[in-house]
Formats: sequence, C-alpha cells, structure tokens
Amino acid sequence: MTAPTEGRAIGAPRPRIEGPLKVTGAARYSADNAPPDALHATLVGAPVCQGRIVDVDASAALAVEGVVRILTWHDLPTFGPVPPWQAAVLNLPMQSDRIQHEGEPVAIVLATDIQAAEQARTMVTVRCAPTPPVLPGQGRRNLITASEEVDESGLVEGERGAPFRIGDVDAALASSAVRVSETWIQPSRHHNFIETSGTVARWDGDLLTVWDSAQASFIVPNVIAAALQLDPGNIRVIAPHVGGGFGGKGWVWPHQILAAAAARIVDRPVKLHLGRADQYTSTGFQPLLDQFLELGATEDGRLTALRHQVSNITSMTEVYVEAATEVKDLYACPAIDVSQSVEPVTVNLPTPMRTTNEGCGLWPLESAMNELAHRLGVDPIEIRLRNHADREPTTGRAWSTKHLREAYEEGARLFGWYSRPRGGRSEGNWRIGTGMASSTMGQIRFPGNATVVLQRDGDVVVRVDIQDIGTGLQTLLAQVAAEELGTSVEAVRVEWGDSDLPSTGPMYAGSGTVANTSAVALACRDIRKQLGEHSDTDDVLDALRQTDLPQITGDGRYELPNRVPMDMYGGDSGYAIRSFGAVFAEVAVDPELGIMRMRRMVGVYDCGRVMNARTARSQMIGSLVWAWGKSALERSELDPTTARWMSKNLSSVHIPVNADISDLITIAFIDEPDPYASVTGARAMGEIGATGADAAIAEAVFDAIGVRFRELPITPKRILDALAEMGR
Amino acid sequence: MHPFAYARPHDEAQAVALVAEPGSTIIAGGTELLNWLRLGITRPDNIIDIGRLPDRANIGLEDGFLTLGALATLNQIGEHPTVGEHARVLGQACLLAASAQVRNRATIGGNVLQRTRCAYFRAAEPLPWACNKRAPGTGCPARHAMNDEHAIFGWTDDCVAVHPSDPLVALAALDADVDLVSPEGARRLPVGKLHLAQQEAKAIGHDPATQETVLRHDEMITGYRVPLLPGARSAYLKVRERQSYAYALATAAAVVQMDGDTIQSIRVALGSVAQRPWRLLRAETSLPGNRLSADTVREAVQWDLDEARPLSGNAYKVRLARNTAVRAIMAAVES
Repeated sequence: MTAPTEGRAIGAPRPRIEGPLKVTGAARYSADNAPPDALHATLVGAPVCQGRIVDVDASAALAVEGVVRILTWHDLPTFGPVPPWQAAVLNLPMQSDRIQHEGEPVAIVLATDIQAAEQARTMVTVRCAPTPPVLPGQGRRNLITASEEVDESGLVEGERGAPFRIGDVDAALASSAVRVSETWIQPSRHHNFIETSGTVARWDGDLLTVWDSAQASFIVPNVIAAALQLDPGNIRVIAPHVGGGFGGKGWVWPHQILAAAAARIVDRPVKLHLGRADQYTSTGFQPLLDQFLELGATEDGRLTALRHQVSNITSMTEVYVEAATEVKDLYACPAIDVSQSVEPVTVNLPTPMRTTNEGCGLWPLESAMNELAHRLGVDPIEIRLRNHADREPTTGRAWSTKHLREAYEEGARLFGWYSRPRGGRSEGNWRIGTGMASSTMGQIRFPGNATVVLQRDGDVVVRVDIQDIGTGLQTLLAQVAAEELGTSVEAVRVEWGDSDLPSTGPMYAGSGTVANTSAVALACRDIRKQLGEHSDTDDVLDALRQTDLPQITGDGRYELPNRVPMDMYGGDSGYAIRSFGAVFAEVAVDPELGIMRMRRMVGVYDCGRVMNARTARSQMIGSLVWAWGKSALERSELDPTTARWMSKNLSSVHIPVNADISDLITIAFIDEPDPYASVTGARAMGEIGATGADAAIAEAVFDAIGVRFRELPITPKRILDALAEMGR
Repeated sequence: MHPFAYARPHDEAQAVALVAEPGSTIIAGGTELLNWLRLGITRPDNIIDIGRLPDRANIGLEDGFLTLGALATLNQIGEHPTVGEHARVLGQACLLAASAQVRNRATIGGNVLQRTRCAYFRAAEPLPWACNKRAPGTGCPARHAMNDEHAIFGWTDDCVAVHPSDPLVALAALDADVDLVSPEGARRLPVGKLHLAQQEAKAIGHDPATQETVLRHDEMITGYRVPLLPGARSAYLKVRERQSYAYALATAAAVVQMDGDTIQSIRVALGSVAQRPWRLLRAETSLPGNRLSADTVREAVQWDLDEARPLSGNAYKVRLARNTAVRAIMAAVES
C-alpha cells in the first residue's frame, strides 16, 4: 500500500474541478439548453406490449393551445440502417404500424411549451390490434452460439456471451468429492439516474447541433447520420455533463434520432427530454437473469469443474446478451463449460448497467464459492486462496499485474475477518452476520486522443471530448497534465464535452480513465519532446520562454496493441488484464420483521495506480451503495397481464437512500501501477465495487439467520416467507 | 396535466363556499394533489388553495385535549414538544412519513386524505390497465396479480388497496376526533370512522373501490382533537423496505396504560393492512388486567390476526403485522 506522495499531482485526493459548477447549479445539462423558437416534444408511447397500430387519433390533442404538430410514423422519413454497437435499438420505432414493446414511441407531440406537450400527449388516442404478451418464463431460450467479430467501429464486445469449454466438466463433476449445483436469480433493474435522458436538436441548414446526455458522444453523429442519411461530419454534439448514465446512456437510443428527425420535419429546434415514466421504456435496463452454476471440488476445496449457464430476457426483436459468464477467469479450474442464452419477451431492449458482465456473474459464482466453503468447513478466504488463478485460466496468459492475495489480506485485516464470530450473533432483536466475496472486472479498452496546450503564461489547456459521467475524470486529466508538465493542478484547464474537441473513446466501465489519462500523458510528452529540440532545461515553461512561440501544442494518441479499435482483457498486449478486489460485509437481520441493515462494509481493490484517492474512494463507495440496492431493494417488476413495468417512478421503485447506508464503509486500494494497462499505470475501476458484494451480503444474511437466498433482492417478504417455510 | 382555475380564499368562510362548488379540489401542502394531477387521477376545474388560511396550523392543549390545526405540517407536529409529551406515537408517525422535504410541506389535514400507493392505481393516464378506483367497473388486477403490499383485512374483489398514511394510524390509536366543516356547518367524527374499508363501503351500499371515506365532497378537514390519557405510553413502529422515503409494508401504533406490571388499557391500530387503520379490538378487550409479557401480547394479537384474509402474494404480512404490533406494544410500555 502506498500513500499518494506529497507534492505529486497524480493520486492526490483532489476535489473535482467541476464540483463548484454542480453545487451552484451552473453546470448545464442537455435539458438546460433551449434554443430560441424551440418546440417541446413529448412522446406518446404504445399502450400495448406488441401488435399493430390501427390508428392514431390526435384531433383532441391538436386542439390544445400551444400544440404545433403531432407526428406519427406516416410523417417520419424511412431511416437508414443504424450501426450496431453504437445504436442500441436497430429496429427503430415509428417506421411502420408495428409495436415492439409497451411505451415504444408511436407519436411525437410538438408544442410551444412543455405543459401543452404534456397535456396533449395524454389526449392522443392510439387504437391497436394487440398480440398477447410473452412474459419471462414463457419465451423460448435461444442459445448464443457464434462469437461475434470486432467490426471496424471497434465497439463490438467481441466474445460477449460466446460459449467456452475446456476439459471435461461432466466427468469432473461426476468424480468430484463435493458439488454445489444451484440456480441464482436476479431481477430486471433500471438505471434510475437522476437526469432522465434528453436531446435538444437544432438545424442550421445542413448542420445539426445536438445537446445530449450521452456516455459516448462520438457515436451520436454516426447513428443520427446513418438514420437520417447525412454526413456525420455535419453533426456537432455538445454533451459535457451526464446526470448519471451507468450504461443507460452508453449507446444511442431512438429518442435521440427522433429529436433530430422531428426538428428537421418542423424546421425548428426541438427539445425532447424524457419524462421519468418514459425512461423505463425509452432506454434499456439490466435484464432478469437466471443463472445455473455448478462447482465441483476436491475434498480440500480445489475446484475441478465450473459449469455456468446464463439466461437473460431480451426484447422480441433484438438480442442483448448479459455476458455474466465473463467471470470464468476468476479461479483456477481445469474444466470449464459456460454458455448463454436469451429469452425474447415483450419488453424493451435491455442494455448494460451497473455492473454489467461480472456484476451479474459473480452473484452466482461467489455465492457458490461461499456455499462450497461452508460445505467443507473451510474459511471463505482460504477456499479462494486455494483456487487462486496464477495465470488467466482460459488462455494460460500471465496477468499484467495481480494483487488479489494482498486485497484479501488487507480486507481481512481492516474488517477483523479472522476474529469475527462465526454463525452469527444476537444483538437485541437483531441477528448479526458476516460474509465476504471476491470482486473482479475485465478491462475493455479503447484508444484515446487528447491535445494539451502549454501557454507562455504558464496556463495549460487539456482538450478532449470526454463526457462528465460523474466519476471525476476531468480532474484526473488535470492531475496527469500537471504531473507530466511539472505545473500545478490549478494551472490546468480542461475543456470537454464538445465534438469540436479531439474525439476520444466512450465512457464505459472505467475505460475513459485508461484511454484519456494515457492520451493526456502522451500529449504532455509530445510537448516535452518538441521543447527538447529547442532547449535542454527540464522545466517546460522555461523551455517555452526560451522560444518565441506564444504557446506549444502537444498531441496525444493512445493506441491499443496492434492498433485495434477496441480490446478486452488485455487484447494483444501479451498479458491478461483485469481488476480485482475483495469485499466484506456485516449485515443485521431482524427475523421477526424481515428487515435487514448494512452494518459495515470493507472493500479493497487492485485497479492499478490510483489516479485520485478521493474520486476513487467515492466511486467505490457508490458501487457498494449500488450493491446494497441490488441485494436489498432494487427490482423492476412486470405486470403479468400487460407486460408493462409496474411502477415508473422513484417513489415506488426503491433505490437506496442515505439512511440505508452505513457510515462504516472502509475503502482501500492496493495502488500498484499496471504498466501494461495504460500509459499512466491506471486500470479501469468502473463499478468493480458492485461486483461480488451481493454475494458477500447474502452470505452475511446466511451467517445471521441460516437462510440461503439465491434470488435477489432479499426483501422482508422473502425473509419472512423463508423463515415461515422453515417453521421458524 | 390539464388547465385549471386557482383561487386562494382569505378566510375559512370563503374557503368553505369555494370548496363546495362542483369541480373544486382543495390544495394545502400540494404534495399529493400534484401527483394526482400529473397522473390524471383527478382533473379538477378549480383548485382552492387553503394553505395560507390563518390560525389553522396551531398545535396546543385545550380542555384535556391536544388540538391540531389541519394545516400543521408533519414536521411541525413531529417536532412539537407538546405532541412528544402527550402523543408520542403521533410525533413518531409524522417523522417516519415521507421525506424531510415532503414533511415540510405536507399537512395533517391532507395527509389522511392521500390515496393508495397501489401501482395499478398510480399509473399515468391514459390508464393502461383495469382499476376500479380509476375506471369503475373495469376490475382489480391486484386482486390476483401483483399484491404483495396490499390488504389483508377489509378488502373485496373490487379493490384490495391499503391506505398508506402513517399519522392516520397514530390518530386512530389515540381515539382522536376529526373536525369537519361544510356550508351545512361543522361536525366531528372519530378518526377511525373517517375511512371505509372496501367491505364497509359495500355494506352500506356504496362502491367499494371508490368510496374511501365518509367525507362529503363539500366538506373540509379543519383539525383534530386528541383526548389526553393520563399516564399513557405510546409508540409507533413502521416496517418498510428502505429506511426512509418509503411506504410501509406494515405499521403499528400502540397506546398503553399500565398499572405496575399489569395492562390497564390498550389501544392498537395497524397501518398498511387495510384501507383504514385496523384496530385490534380482540387484543384491546382481552389484554387489560393481564400481566404484561411478550407472549401474552403475541397471543392476544394473534387472535385478531386470525381474522386476516391474505391475498396470493401477501401471506407474509399477517406474520409481519402481528410481530409489528407486538413490538409496538412492548416499545410503548418501555418508553
């Protein structure tokens, strides 16, 4: 463990540079932009979950004062094909009378004020010929077979959900001394970000300006241009702040295209900001997952077999695979067999969400490891150490760096793991239990681009088209520039959130840190290199002043090995690259009332070099809050008759509030640089804290009351029903 | 949301006259009416803002009663020392309701007239499914579908909704009266008689789904009167999935008078189990004269819960309601 070195910029717990903008309300989000003459748009959603539109009667709605136009599919152009892995939905709405899911846009109301647009949309009558719903459990599970190729966009997640097999799992299971074989379920959950998605579109001749809420603004022009058959170079995207994305604003959703299309039809700027209820059907959600997982082990707890079969729901017309099997590289195991399937049901299309892939897959894997440890009477840490993967199991590659053992050790020390009471204890009406799990997150990397300008007065400007998704990346970039150039962090100004700036990769799963801290470091080194041609001083400002240049500009291009547009888990670096961690939970359960409380949590993470101790800690606390939400509260339920999301508001769809979260959360980092992951030694951190923590919490519940929950969330109803079934 | 006229009367007489006009709806704190307007649950022509009527936010003692003006906010009541001294259960119930921001606006008059949080009822217009409260005669999907948080007492096939108020449960356990005014004059009712369970509405020939109270459309709540009970101890317990800003799965308000170790009198109301606070009358009758113990209390409360009629998804609420009531009674005694 290394503390940030005094005087060094990287690693220091710097407050966020955009913090004052946010707390004073000066930060401009997409919906804060209303060009003069803009029309306000609301969407009329399909009232049924599938079928055909018979007709749309807008006469009453058109009579509302302020309503200018109501567009139906007859009014919209035929969209061109949109690129996969950039556009979320490929079968775009409002192209025919077909209804693909409840809430799918079937009409767009345009009015001079939002009140009129909201009133009118309730007055549009949509008559449908419905087709019966297909609910989870009623659909056909389709096995995912082929691995998909990385396309030129670079955004295809290559091996997402592809089947993988080594060894003979059947034989290994048959001869294993111990076997855990269970099904784990987690519900559909929505992102529930504070800022609902929204797009403001303005045409100036052939030029389109889009103010948007997006985690990857560089793909917005590609998708809109493809749909409307334009040159993407004619589209400017302004997207500085994102009021929460968590994956839900990662790809381009239909409303972003519809806003631009509507603005072109009416020849006026259009502001289409989704309402809270719209959000549940207009973008994605994390799908309901059913995971069958089997572990075989020897008597001393060494894994002999891992079988993992994942099924998630998807929409009727498109495939989203929640790649939970990507946890197959966590433990050394000679026989592995994983596969995924999708079940089309009549809902909107799912999408990645805090935390995708491993966040889903560790729920069964880490739960199963805990069950195995319990079955064998071995400490949960010990069983993980016995199965520690010294190399990446599925490829045999060496890890770039891996400090998971240290994370277990440090976590155990901070938590007091080895002195905990086993089998729970009582405190008043509460039963107290403890549990732990591993965390891991694969690295998804993209190239990055940045420009750094050093001015004669000592000011430094970093220019890069990143989005502020709330992680504090801008601050990290200022720290990197300051350290590389030897200036103060205060001297660095970061410009971001505008497609006129150097284009860079997306803000997905921490990939923004890897790509952009690297690009900024390289741009600074480019400045040093250029100045080195003029001067031999180490002080860049002195060197600049020895020239007659007003300023000097450095370009930084961070390339992946073999210059691929995207790689996963190390790609062609020759190493396996992954972040790791260990998480510990103490939970209290009141068996009479069925309620449970977070008492304390400890998380220790190995994510390469920590760029900013404060934002990193915040990111991990936030991840544990999400994990608590997943474990105890969150689920989006479908009405079994209409296949409609039951509640579409933040009052009835519970996410944690402050009162749910213990102030005894301890976060620590191993903080060792990973020289293969990035130029700066950083590895993507993303929401690694939300991986494995659900299994640690469920284990703590088991420790407290002796009930194994394999379906999340663990609600009072489930606790009381389970205890009643056990006759307690 | 649809356009409406807005009026702010200066005094109660003017307010009463305006409220009596057809198509009028009262607004005070506005925390609930705004939801209804946005969802299309109600579409009033006139909104009568009584929020600034004078002298209606008072909290005080009068002739053996604690009096509350209808415009007192939940936070004002919850934090008021007189309430804490004489009606602890009510103060606790107020502070466990909603969020701090909502409690600063929400009034005790409006709070008891909030409507169920049933997700079928709370859908935005146009209503995507059946609901006998929203569209009478269409049916009750919760009766056989998603009903984990619905009623275990008093429901009919027409509607299985529960009332979500916290303060109402405390007021019921305290045997409070509610004061009403209309152009016909003032009247006073026991709080426990204000709301109707679906079965009760049906029994008197009303629509079980829509007839939720005995209030007439021209009536307005002006305040409450809570009888002071010497030596009484009280407590409110709320069980919910998250620790703040959540409606209850079950609540219990208990008011107990003890004579040494012996229960002298006891009143217990359950919340979120029916469309009105549900008094545990068997326990209230059988427990006085008994020595206090958790087992005795549990047995007596169980007798009331034996009458529960759980739905397909909420059998857990019977056990939860029992345990919540026992806990609240024990907490009241220990207070």
